[in-house]
Amino acid sequence: MTIDRRRLLQGSAALAASTALIGPFGAKRALAQAAAATFQPEEGATLRLLRWVPFVKGEEEAWNANTAAFTEATGVQVQIDQESWEDVRPKAAVAANVGSGPDMVMSWFDDPFQYPDKLVDVTDLCTQLGDANGGWYDGLRAYAEQDGKFIAVPLCAIGNAICYRDSHMKAAGFEEFPTDTAGFLELCKAMQAAGTPAGFPHGKAVGDGNNYAHWLLWSHGGMTVNEAGEVAINSPETLAAINYAIELYKTFIPGTESWLDINNNRAFLAGQVSLTANGVSLYYAAINDPAMAEIAADIRTTNLPIGPVGTSVELHQTSTISIFNHCKFPNAAKAYLEFMYQADRMNAWLEGASAYCCQALKGFAGNPVWTSNPIHAPYAKASESLRANGYAGPLGAASAGTMADYVLVDMFAEAVTGQRTPEDAIANAERRIARYYR
Amino acid sequence: MAMTDRPQDEAEPRGGIWSRFIESRNGLGFLFMLPAAVFLLCFLTYPLGLGVWLGFTDTKIGRPGIFVGLENYAWLFDDPVFWLSVFNTMVYTFVASVLKFGLGLWLALLLNRHLPAKNFFRAIILLPWVVPTVLSALAFWWIFDSQFSIISWVLMKWGLIDAPINFLGDPWNARWSVIAANVWRGIPFVAISLLAGLQTIPQSLNEAAAIDGATPWQRFTKVTLPLLTPIIAVVMTFSVLFTFTDFQLIYVLTRGGPVNATHLMATLSFQRAIPGGQLGEGAAIAVAMIPFLLAAILFSFFGLQRRKWQQGGSD
Repeated sequence: MTIDRRRLLQGSAALAASTALIGPFGAKRALAQAAAATFQPEEGATLRLLRWVPFVKGEEEAWNANTAAFTEATGVQVQIDQESWEDVRPKAAVAANVGSGPDMVMSWFDDPFQYPDKLVDVTDLCTQLGDANGGWYDGLRAYAEQDGKFIAVPLCAIGNAICYRDSHMKAAGFEEFPTDTAGFLELCKAMQAAGTPAGFPHGKAVGDGNNYAHWLLWSHGGMTVNEAGEVAINSPETLAAINYAIELYKTFIPGTESWLDINNNRAFLAGQVSLTANGVSLYYAAINDPAMAEIAADIRTTNLPIGPVGTSVELHQTSTISIFNHCKFPNAAKAYLEFMYQADRMNAWLEGASAYCCQALKGFAGNPVWTSNPIHAPYAKASESLRANGYAGPLGAASAGTMADYVLVDMFAEAVTGQRTPEDAIANAERRIARYYR
Repeated sequence: MAMTDRPQDEAEPRGGIWSRFIESRNGLGFLFMLPAAVFLLCFLTYPLGLGVWLGFTDTKIGRPGIFVGLENYAWLFDDPVFWLSVFNTMVYTFVASVLKFGLGLWLALLLNRHLPAKNFFRAIILLPWVVPTVLSALAFWWIFDSQFSIISWVLMKWGLIDAPINFLGDPWNARWSVIAANVWRGIPFVAISLLAGLQTIPQSLNEAAAIDGATPWQRFTKVTLPLLTPIIAVVMTFSVLFTFTDFQLIYVLTRGGPVNATHLMATLSFQRAIPGGQLGEGAAIAVAMIPFLLAAILFSFFGLQRRKWQQGGSD
């Protein structure tokens, strides 16, 4: 998608409106920041950004409006190409390998670690952005930093949280949502007994399935590999996590072994399940449909319970932006990112995303989107509770491959469905993880 | 008719090498074949060769690999997920192909009779084949949904079951479900192709057999079936190949789940190679499909096209 005149006008109009809302003080600050830009684009620079297909219309509009404003301020045209989110990884890897294609990529998880030597060092930009905005969240920083050098700019976490029906929880005898895994199991048992069961995907659901499996493992203290990258899945903690998953699975609606990413949304919105975990999009699907007004009013959200490990740990989804070495205008790319991370721009983008994207910089935690609706509150903690994939080992092709091959998802599914004993499921996962970390 | 055989050609003054080349029968033939040869080399031989080579390397997405010999194959040999995918592929291909053949032949025989609105029926049975696979797979995804299946809903309304059938959650249910979807989609190809074959069999042979007192079953087994065998061989070769390499249906319906119970070799190869980034291992899985495919082709051509059998003799 090229930012043409029509889009530029639309973007400018949106920015004018947001400037009016921010007020004269904010406008002056924005101008001052624009003037104080550290990176100056090269003469005649143009840029191409490869990004994932937006999930939230407002997020796309805000991003495009900010991009249009950058083009207006600098004259640098930015072409934005969109790919479905599973196709970004291979496309970006090919671009990195052959040294042509997009200049920047908005990618997922540990993708930059697949081709770190093909990326522009953005330590200067990230240090500057971090210093100016309260610092980066540790989890997101881990997805962008290798050996003390930033190979990508952390962008956001896509928060995952429990979504439940308040009336059904109360009908099951609970006034407050339990905050620990033991209480959570009791709640799920009670909700099943009341005919309003929970449901979490044990099928090959890329996002929801991996979020659930990683939470099960980490909340019980398990890990795939240790700090040295040695396989460490075979532990009493993993066994405890599997045994807990087996008990929890007994309370689910039947059929969760086949669930892909969309199934829990469908089942929840149809009233078949009353408790699941999802992004905030589930709530917006209900609130935007007048026929679901009753369900929408009954939805509450909260963070996944804390397990024996004693602290909130979740995978969530993360996104970073990298600049390829083959980019002819690296300063323009840095200037673009610097512009997009300016406080007003970033705040407008976070608001446009309606709590779908959680900030990577602590300074944006006060964005009004998090307090505008109590439903958003748990998603505000995504960047804080986020733990990097492949914990506790290094990020890279091995951690990415292990997740993409559904090793943890399969381990839990094998055990809860009784296809393997917990010990055998762990042994199988251990063998598969060892293959990736060889 | 070869121009080079004509004596006057030899008497003509010889031109340059190029004109002699294009005027010679072999040269012209070579030129005519060249586009096809280039096409085959670029788009078939090279990718196939590259795939075989990748299977011997540890290439990952984003970084070139090194030659590792048979390491990928040794790993796959000990990988229960791979062997499960081989088993699934075999079951899927065998059951679906047999069902498609049986039902397709039955449909072709029915459509070969003098039915009212024959052309309408012939056109309408092509619909499953015409609909894009992804769309029909999405329809089956709803039909087999663990909560919203129309089949479960109807059976529950009739009081035959109490809870929805776990079509895609139970391993064997999932296997039968994806086979059913594949059969539904593949029957028209078999039926229409066999119908075309049936129409090439002269009616007089059947009539002569009937006059000699042959029963309908005898006419089918002694006249129709032997004459149809060459078509069956070709049709079933294609059908087996399509089924063995199926991807879209599985990817939309289950992505290989539950717990890899419907992973075919093609879907496992994709999962390991593209999202998983292990191009070498993914290529090795794809290459491992080749012997099975070759065996299917050889069986079809050498097994089903035996002349003796076609002529009513025994083996």
